[in-house]
Amino acid sequence: MAEPAPSQPTQTFHHAARAFWRRFRRNRGAVAGLAILAVIALVALGADVLRPGDPFRLAGAPFAPPFGEFLFGTDSLGRDVAAGMMHGARTSLLIGLVATLAALLLGTLIGGVAGYYGGWLDDVLMRITEIFQTIPFFIFAILLIAILRPSIGSIVFAIALVSWPGVARLVRGEFLSLRSREYVQACVIMGMPEARIIFLQILPNALSPIIVTGSLMVATAILTESALAFLGLSDPNVMSWGFQIGSGRTHLRTAWWVCTFPGLVIMVTALGINLVGEGLNDALNPRLRDR
Amino acid sequence: MSLTAQRTRYVLRRLMQAVPVVLAIVVINFLLLQLAEGDAADVLAGEAGSATPEYMAALRTKFGLDQPIFLQLLAYVRNVALLDLGHSFRHDTAVATLIAGRLGPTLLLMLSAMAIAILVGTLLGVLAATGLNTWRDNLIAVLALLAYATPLFWIGLMMIVVFSIHAGWFPVSGMENVAAFHTGWTRVADIARHLVLPAITLSLFYLALYARLMRASMLEQSGMDYVTTARAKGLTETRITSRHVVRNALLPVVTMAGVQIGNLVGGSVVVESVFGWPGLGLLAFDSLFARDLNLLMGIFLLSACLVVAVNLVIDIVYALLDPRIEVR
Repeated sequence: MAEPAPSQPTQTFHHAARAFWRRFRRNRGAVAGLAILAVIALVALGADVLRPGDPFRLAGAPFAPPFGEFLFGTDSLGRDVAAGMMHGARTSLLIGLVATLAALLLGTLIGGVAGYYGGWLDDVLMRITEIFQTIPFFIFAILLIAILRPSIGSIVFAIALVSWPGVARLVRGEFLSLRSREYVQACVIMGMPEARIIFLQILPNALSPIIVTGSLMVATAILTESALAFLGLSDPNVMSWGFQIGSGRTHLRTAWWVCTFPGLVIMVTALGINLVGEGLNDALNPRLRDR
Repeated sequence: MSLTAQRTRYVLRRLMQAVPVVLAIVVINFLLLQLAEGDAADVLAGEAGSATPEYMAALRTKFGLDQPIFLQLLAYVRNVALLDLGHSFRHDTAVATLIAGRLGPTLLLMLSAMAIAILVGTLLGVLAATGLNTWRDNLIAVLALLAYATPLFWIGLMMIVVFSIHAGWFPVSGMENVAAFHTGWTRVADIARHLVLPAITLSLFYLALYARLMRASMLEQSGMDYVTTARAKGLTETRITSRHVVRNALLPVVTMAGVQIGNLVGGSVVVESVFGWPGLGLLAFDSLFARDLNLLMGIFLLSACLVVAVNLVIDIVYALLDPRIEVR
């Protein structure tokens, strides 16, 4: 396969996207991960067509074994496990994406300000970040949701609030090194407003590591959400994978399938996201790909 | 200034740095308490069934809930400093007493999991690094990828299905067979048998992490000058790896292990509730169902302080052991 052409300033967005795809494609695991995610996203979007109706409703006899009338069997209340998994895919993907986006925004803002301005502001912001990194994040999330009552909103809020410190440190480091570059100093001398320098000059150059970190954070967020739901901290009106496993655990001896299949789909989803994240890392930072 | 005096100053300075962190955690805890619906007076009145407004007001005065928020914060900080973490209304016991009773099992579980993760993880890392890009390296990489993606609680449940229910090798839950009244070594053996599955479950994620970290660290060290020197003086590759590279490569892994303690506490909540292990995690799980917020906050506070303490100890031990680490 040909090496990607050296980038030129005149290169259009179209060319850049094609070069990116060429590098991404070289990582076979990443392509497989992308395919996995595409299938899960399609099933999540089509849940209402594939398994119409409320996933909580009674669909058949309780404890129907898998691969019979029901693809993945039914649980103790006669709920269709496959239907729950399809509708649960929406919850997991939605919470994973929204919580990660919120964490990226907060982390970028705090890290960017700390790295760009430095001085006492940097000190204060980094101390706050360190405190949030010290706190055992899972117990903090449990506590927040228990206090706010479980709902999609409180779960997203809690996961975002425990995920931003890593982003803040990363962005601060990037900003710290980019701030002293010549092109930034040229902008300062030209009298460009600070907001423009931060958002239009520095941020685009710090975007690659932020995207890579963000993609991996989605997997962590989905795993955290499922663990919270397993402990009973899920929105009572919304089906989710962790809730299915949590409600099936008491019948592990008689109906292993209620816990097994939703767990498998969590694993496959997180695996797909991690593979895509590694592919993004290879494609966006070709020089950093050493290990 | 002598080296010893310098070291002492460093230790003192690190201790002083931990104080604001602990204070901040206490303040966060207090703010969370304010966020919760209802206060202690509401809880007590709810337990009693009914209460007149006058009685509620009297209760609030008694608990200092009618004071300005800043004074309430001061009172809260003072209570925490005196190890008074409040009262668990569900268990009708002081939170501190409840937590102290559950600390042992949790520490046993966490230390076992950490030991497995470090031992097996570094071993796998060495195996991967010495067999770079062979089937061994690839297999370990795939296993690590799977361990990263699998939810802890699900692994635990699957282990119960396979090893407890089907194979019957290990007990399904609990820490010991209380009805058997084991004593002495038979009791230790009984607890060990109960410990196997939860400890392995809790260790898996960190095991994968340390394997990857150890591999990367080994590769970095193997390019160093001292390795070339060792090779030049005619040492065998096995000896270079075991005596030189592994020792130096261990440092970042151990540092990481310290940083991970906080996440391990969170993981133990999940693992303990899967295996019915009677530690802090199970207590947290039970208090969730009972909506016993005082107890939940006590557990949170304690685990946060535990993390601060562990990191502090690791920093100080490093400064004392490794002369290269800058002591300012």
